[in-house]
Amino acid sequence: MPDNIQTGLQRLRATSAWRSIFRSGAGDSNLHKAQAVQQNVFLHLFSVKVRSRVLDFGPTWYLGAFTLVTFVVLLATGILLMFYYHPSAPQAYADMKDPQFAVSSGVFLRNLHRWSAHTMVFLVFAHMFKVFYRGAYRPPRQFNWVIGVFLLLCTLLLSYTGYLLPWDQLAFWAVTVGSNIAKAVPLMGDKIRFLMLGGHEVNANALLRFYVLHCVILPLAAVVLIAVHFWRIRKDGGLYIPERKDA
Amino acid sequence: MSDTRQDAPVASGPEAGEGCKDCSRRKFFSQLGLGSLVLAGAGSGLFTYEYFSPNVLFEASPVVKAGKPDQFPSDSVTLDARAGIYVVNSDAGFYALGAICTHLGCLTAWKPDLDRVACPCHGSQFNRKGEKIAGPAPDPLPWYEVSLNDDGYLMVDRSNILKTPKYFKV
Repeated sequence: MPDNIQTGLQRLRATSAWRSIFRSGAGDSNLHKAQAVQQNVFLHLFSVKVRSRVLDFGPTWYLGAFTLVTFVVLLATGILLMFYYHPSAPQAYADMKDPQFAVSSGVFLRNLHRWSAHTMVFLVFAHMFKVFYRGAYRPPRQFNWVIGVFLLLCTLLLSYTGYLLPWDQLAFWAVTVGSNIAKAVPLMGDKIRFLMLGGHEVNANALLRFYVLHCVILPLAAVVLIAVHFWRIRKDGGLYIPERKDA
Repeated sequence: MSDTRQDAPVASGPEAGEGCKDCSRRKFFSQLGLGSLVLAGAGSGLFTYEYFSPNVLFEASPVVKAGKPDQFPSDSVTLDARAGIYVVNSDAGFYALGAICTHLGCLTAWKPDLDRVACPCHGSQFNRKGEKIAGPAPDPLPWYEVSLNDDGYLMVDRSNILKTPKYFKV
């Protein structure tokens, strides 16, 4: 880096405004670096230090990180798609179809959302298989496995609720079948289906319910659970890596 | 438990014992507080449940007008996809079957060449009396009450499932 940029950065990091945001201040010592992580609300979910072996491809295949990437892509594209979508029975199908032709990048964003959703479901399963077969779910990480199971549920429910929103034949019959599966719950099956659909048939009420679940409730739940999931990695002693055999 | 714990905070006081003046009162109030929280929680649960169960629905009436009897050729099975029913004109008389598969709620179709009702979703099949022939469906298709209104239309009451087959003669 040229010297004038370097000194400019140093001067910026010395200003009181910068210091009020980043308390750790300028400095390259290990303490400063640790504080920069520890004192940041987002970064403090993660460990200040990890073993370099943990960052290798082998132990994790980065499946959890890739899952997060798809989730972030889904958030970004999903919010953009919301600007053109009305969750109402007469409009929903056209609002799904029109942006593919009448909006710049519409078809790209919709397909990115769709493919990321499929990929996320695949990666979540892959991540869980990897964790399971490596035994990384065992104590002290057993609670994080449970959080992960709830995240799996969130992912599947997000997939399922998003499936209805195009409001085409595929969506309609998938949700008809899905809500009838929910009806098979003993004793309260009918009530569960009624609450799910906001009525006895898949109609405008159901579309609106699935929309709110898909765009607000389930993503919020997922974000909270993801935060806990990451924080627990640190609290449970970092990512699982088996002891070296040759050591 | 000793009643002279030096390190206990002042407010916590002695635990249950003969010298404890406050204990029954404290227990009463903590239980009162917990009880009211439980009550408020249950109330919120009920409130939420009631809110999410609409009291008025703008759904189709269970009684549908199927058509005039002479619209249905003799020995025919006619699907009304909108109402989800079959109107069957048989030698014994008219009857109406539910067209919604009893497995997972898909709309079935009448296949004249097979002489069967078939579901596209998971392959259940029924004969023209609604009895299951194949597939995962757990129940036969329901028979609905058929009547004639004053204008001469066949009316099918989808909320009235007949326990035994009944043919309607016009």
